Amino acid sequence: MLDKEGIAKRIAKEIKDGYYVNLGIGIPTLVANYIPANIDVVLQSENGLLGMGPFPFEGEEDADIINAGKQTITMLPGSAIFDSAMSFGMIRAKKVNLTILGAMEVSENGDIANWKIPGKMVKGMGGAMDLVASAENIIVAMQHVNKAGESKLLPQCTLPLTGVNCVKKIVTELAVLDVLPEGGFKLLERAPGVSVEEIIKATAGKLVIEGEVTEMVI
Amino acid sequence: MNKTVNGADEAIHDIQDGMTLMLGGFGMSGLPEKCIAALVKKGVKDLTCISNNAGVDDFGIGLMLKQRQVKKMISSYVGENAEFERQLLSGELEVELIPQGTLATRCMAAGYGMPAIFTPAGIGTEVAIGKEVRNFNGKDYLMEMAFEADFAIVKAWKGDTMGNLVYRATARNFNAVMAMAGKITIAEVEELVEPGEIDPDHVHTPGIYVHRIFQGLNYEKRIEQRTVRKR
Repeated sequence: MLDKEGIAKRIAKEIKDGYYVNLGIGIPTLVANYIPANIDVVLQSENGLLGMGPFPFEGEEDADIINAGKQTITMLPGSAIFDSAMSFGMIRAKKVNLTILGAMEVSENGDIANWKIPGKMVKGMGGAMDLVASAENIIVAMQHVNKAGESKLLPQCTLPLTGVNCVKKIVTELAVLDVLPEGGFKLLERAPGVSVEEIIKATAGKLVIEGEVTEMVI
Repeated sequence: MNKTVNGADEAIHDIQDGMTLMLGGFGMSGLPEKCIAALVKKGVKDLTCISNNAGVDDFGIGLMLKQRQVKKMISSYVGENAEFERQLLSGELEVELIPQGTLATRCMAAGYGMPAIFTPAGIGTEVAIGKEVRNFNGKDYLMEMAFEADFAIVKAWKGDTMGNLVYRATARNFNAVMAMAGKITIAEVEELVEPGEIDPDHVHTPGIYVHRIFQGLNYEKRIEQRTVRKR
């Protein structure tokens, strides 16, 4: 079974040389730590930055340089700044190659719910609806089951949707799965020490298993 | 073409109860903190505020919320404010949550003189309820209307007396799009210079969009999430 860092590490392997990548808040943020040094990747922060770097050294924080999670960050050489409209312009125009974000639920046809729980304080969707509506390559990083032990990979989402038919791949503490165009979660890899039976048990939506499922290498 | 006013109080003097305001900034970054302080002092109320966030309890729009000056917030994310939550749950405050790109682009449309935009954001979700959907090339898009705001209030790093503005780093965010979108746009800047001191090639917001400008003093420029690494 993977911890959060393990999920981030596995997702980092999906990032290819030359990609512009938008990382959401939570586990996706951790992915930045595991991008291989031998590939060239530019991180987009939707508040208006391409070229996001690591946190600043103590004493070098700058209130004018933050990411979409409102954390102080740095700008790498070659960074570019733009306004919020252009930021979502480049997202809508599919210039960003990969979007990685968290989710509360994903359905077997690729719908995602990650912004609202009825009856609880709603903070808002931020940029998530824009990202999922436009991105061609969306990977969801999340736990396979919620705190109550219920599967988050469902036939249909029960929570209010963020977007429809958009998630392409899911990485959880148990497995890597593709969302098939015709519907269903195709099991690609299982986490170290996790059996296919455990994944079947934790998946409420349609699970497609073909042949031997290899253990992931991270 | 001198747009200079004496300070925040003069800049906002004619903002009235019930008006719609755009307020620039993302979180605490690039927040027009001098004008917000002046609005709190003036006590103008029943405002509709279009702003990506709603401030924290003791800074930003949170200060206006505390005084019950805001009737409605139009935002994309409002997580960090206990008083906001209290007013929302008690029904004192109306909140319209819209996707961040839609928020920015509705501002942009206003500044570009376009009545509406089409965006895929929100298709198939509750955001789409009651809105016109159009299909272009096999994909559905929501029609979203340009904002109409009585005032846009923005913060820039540098400006000249003609209203030309330059922002700094990610403090540009919504400021640059909202600056174009107000019937009247007020800009507060950290440094006010004479015409000619800003290279025309470096202007982010042309002065034609800006009606009033002043230099604020002693900016607090608060940091919301101070994250650092060890040396």
